[in-house]
Amino acid sequence: MQTQMPCRELAAAVRAHCLRMTHRGKSGHVGSMLSMADLLAVLYTRVLRVDPRRPDWPDRDRFILSKGHGGGAVYATLAELGFFPKEWLNTYYLDDGKLSGHISHHVPGVEFSTGSLGHGLPVAVGMALAARHAGKQHRVFCLMSDGDCNEGSTWEAIMFAAQHKFDNLIVVVDYNRVQALGKMEDVIEMEPFTRKVEDFGWAVRTIDGHDYRQIEESLRQVPFVAGKPSWLLARTTKGKGVSWMENTVSCHYGSVNDEQLMKALRELGVQP
Amino acid sequence: MRSVFNEELLKLAHDDPRIFMILADIGYGEIEPFARAFPDRYFNCGVAEQNMTGVACGVAMEGNIAVTYSIANFPTLRCLEQIRNDVCYHDANVKIVIIGGGMAYGPLGISHHSTEDLAIMRALPNLVVVAPCDFAEARAATRAMIAHNGPVYYRCGYKKEPPIHRTPINFQFGQALTVQDGADATVIFTGTIGYNCLCAVETLAREGIHCRLISMHTVKPIDRAAIVNAARDTGAIVTVEEHNRLGGLGGAVAEVLMDEGCLDVKCRRLALPDVNVSLVGSQDWLRAQYGLAAPQIAASVRELLQPAKSR
Repeated sequence: MQTQMPCRELAAAVRAHCLRMTHRGKSGHVGSMLSMADLLAVLYTRVLRVDPRRPDWPDRDRFILSKGHGGGAVYATLAELGFFPKEWLNTYYLDDGKLSGHISHHVPGVEFSTGSLGHGLPVAVGMALAARHAGKQHRVFCLMSDGDCNEGSTWEAIMFAAQHKFDNLIVVVDYNRVQALGKMEDVIEMEPFTRKVEDFGWAVRTIDGHDYRQIEESLRQVPFVAGKPSWLLARTTKGKGVSWMENTVSCHYGSVNDEQLMKALRELGVQP
Repeated sequence: MRSVFNEELLKLAHDDPRIFMILADIGYGEIEPFARAFPDRYFNCGVAEQNMTGVACGVAMEGNIAVTYSIANFPTLRCLEQIRNDVCYHDANVKIVIIGGGMAYGPLGISHHSTEDLAIMRALPNLVVVAPCDFAEARAATRAMIAHNGPVYYRCGYKKEPPIHRTPINFQFGQALTVQDGADATVIFTGTIGYNCLCAVETLAREGIHCRLISMHTVKPIDRAAIVNAARDTGAIVTVEEHNRLGGLGGAVAEVLMDEGCLDVKCRRLALPDVNVSLVGSQDWLRAQYGLAAPQIAASVRELLQPAKSR
């Protein structure tokens, strides 16, 4: 089932939820959540074959968030789509809460728990292997971060997926180029990223990760090349939508205070 | 034992189409029959144990049984976080099989010794930890592993391990097997070191010291009743393991004795010292360097049973 909720509206709601959740929980990673809100909005309304009434529907597309620290944004998306009550979002990161800081499969609609980087892609590859073996038509999507791509296990999985031509596997990289301790160019520069992944046997496209049309058009065309796994490098801005957070390292760990929350919500055009 | 494991797994795979082997370029001379019989369920990830374990987890999450397999520490310590976060946290039906538990790869050196695995693996929630002692247990443990719905760590021996059980066994995870009964002391072992224990208790029997000999093939969940009964019935327990003395079988048995209030029992743990093994030699020779040869085990039991004054 795909909802026809406008992407812009959903992404704005998700961003507002993420700001409120991290404000309430005094928790970090809001910049990572804002960065991928537009990707999630398109994925969940235009691309993924999922059904909020049947989270375990066997033929659903599998979606793994490998950058588990951004789980709040997936929770917010799932709540907006009706996978679980929106009230659960109020318990994020809190004592006896329903939603942990890193994404958890104990939440309806969440396929897999992550939190330590480099875990999502190998598991997604295994799911793609099993789907092909069983003759299933569902796809496996894995949303990753820049930091994820530093992990050796990610590259192990990249090589293996290409070797076996898993074209039911799609990676989307939230390519905001800001990591936990610094800008990508100061930590591990991945460029020429596209060429690296292409040379490893994947079909690669690069888009603006905040342009709904580009996201939808590209993801509707997977596999980009038959017989190759697809890699969508989505150029994004960390902290997207909140001017003083955008493209800063500090928004990886920092949370917002009362005043900043009001200001951020106003910038997003959401009633505080 | 590795051949026995592979034969048994192959048999099971004929009947169960859910069984996949997900490898990391190890198994030469052993895994080929499976690869030939089930090419669509056999995947070599290359030398990439983290990916092997993650892929296995993904395969298992889709309703299959995924067996990972490699030497000693390769499929455990190299990818420990994948086992913890991916396999165990999701209770995925992944079976982690190591070949060469303990110092079976003797002269190859410490990189190929698995001597801290029991401690580390048994600290992981949801994981069954099993170490068969002979071919009979190896076959039975393979069947039990596949029948069990959830992750299992299987510490396989290497080759030519002599038999320990003389009669057919009724093998179930979490239920220790009594190799022979005795009232003077209990020797509890896990894995292939059991043969040295059997030789030791046979020597002691000739001297009039009759030991209960227990194969604690499942280190987790451990058979608490077998330990408590051994303490109550024999009053003396010696644990024997080819493993660092920290956190393995001896530690697990001590935990049970403490939890159950069995504090008036004589105890001794025979294990490897907390060192990095840098000696070069065969498994048997290495065992003897660390007090795990049969005569040394017998001597330890004798010493434990000496009256306090003469010790």
